[in-house]
Amino acid sequence: MTKASKKEQQHFERLLRKHRPNPPVLRNTVTAFITGGTITALAQLVMNFFLARGVKPLEATAFTSAVMIFAGSFLTAIGVYDLIGRWGGMGAALPITGFANAVVSPALEYKREGYVLGLGAKMFVVAGPVIVFGVVTAFVVSLLRLLLWGVG
Amino acid sequence: MITVFWAFIVGGGLCVLAQLALDLGVGKVTPAHVLVGAVVVGAILSGLGLYSPLVALGGAGATIPILGFGHALVQGSLRDFTLRGWVGLLTGGFTATALGLSTVVILGFLAALLFNPKRKY
Repeated sequence: MTKASKKEQQHFERLLRKHRPNPPVLRNTVTAFITGGTITALAQLVMNFFLARGVKPLEATAFTSAVMIFAGSFLTAIGVYDLIGRWGGMGAALPITGFANAVVSPALEYKREGYVLGLGAKMFVVAGPVIVFGVVTAFVVSLLRLLLWGVG
Repeated sequence: MITVFWAFIVGGGLCVLAQLALDLGVGKVTPAHVLVGAVVVGAILSGLGLYSPLVALGGAGATIPILGFGHALVQGSLRDFTLRGWVGLLTGGFTATALGLSTVVILGFLAALLFNPKRKY
């Protein structure tokens, strides 16, 4: 089989783009805003609850994340979060509840392939890359900041 | 109550940017790519000192989206550096995010033990 030339490839790309259905960008934007805003507003209510009880801000932030992870995991387990995700798109995926969903959903799905290579491994199919790139970027950023700015 | 309003605006706004990245991004962009990109952007903004003001304004609206994970990793590293020296650069990120990561792993495991996937329809 001969390889398509660069020009042929570009032509094919253009054809493909013309026939692929465009995502309903405006509608997606609105539902993402409503869903993401609602989730983070609920998280703020949880955080205000902790702050009102005298928990330090840094710990209140971490506790709030844990509560939201619990909510996201539970809603995923009973099959509700997938419905929220279908409507809210990135509005449901970007908050930490969506991170919990990305962990719990494959854990449930791949349990039948075994506890070690199914559940244990597939749990991190999305969370893994997020942690890898997060940790590497954070290390480089922190190092550069300390070298360039000093201890600030 | 004003904190809840700003959390809605900031959290919703970040999700809109993520949705636009997904819909308008060139090439094959999946939600996983957007999440990875968001963590990287959060960490970089944090290092430039631009994410902390967003947290001050939006509270949970800035810390709950996954960009806040990148922010927590960087701030944790810098904080542990001041407490423990250079080793803190490697311990701080995980210290700051340990509660969330442990919670998600334990709950994920428990959920998989107790529940079965819902039939897709």
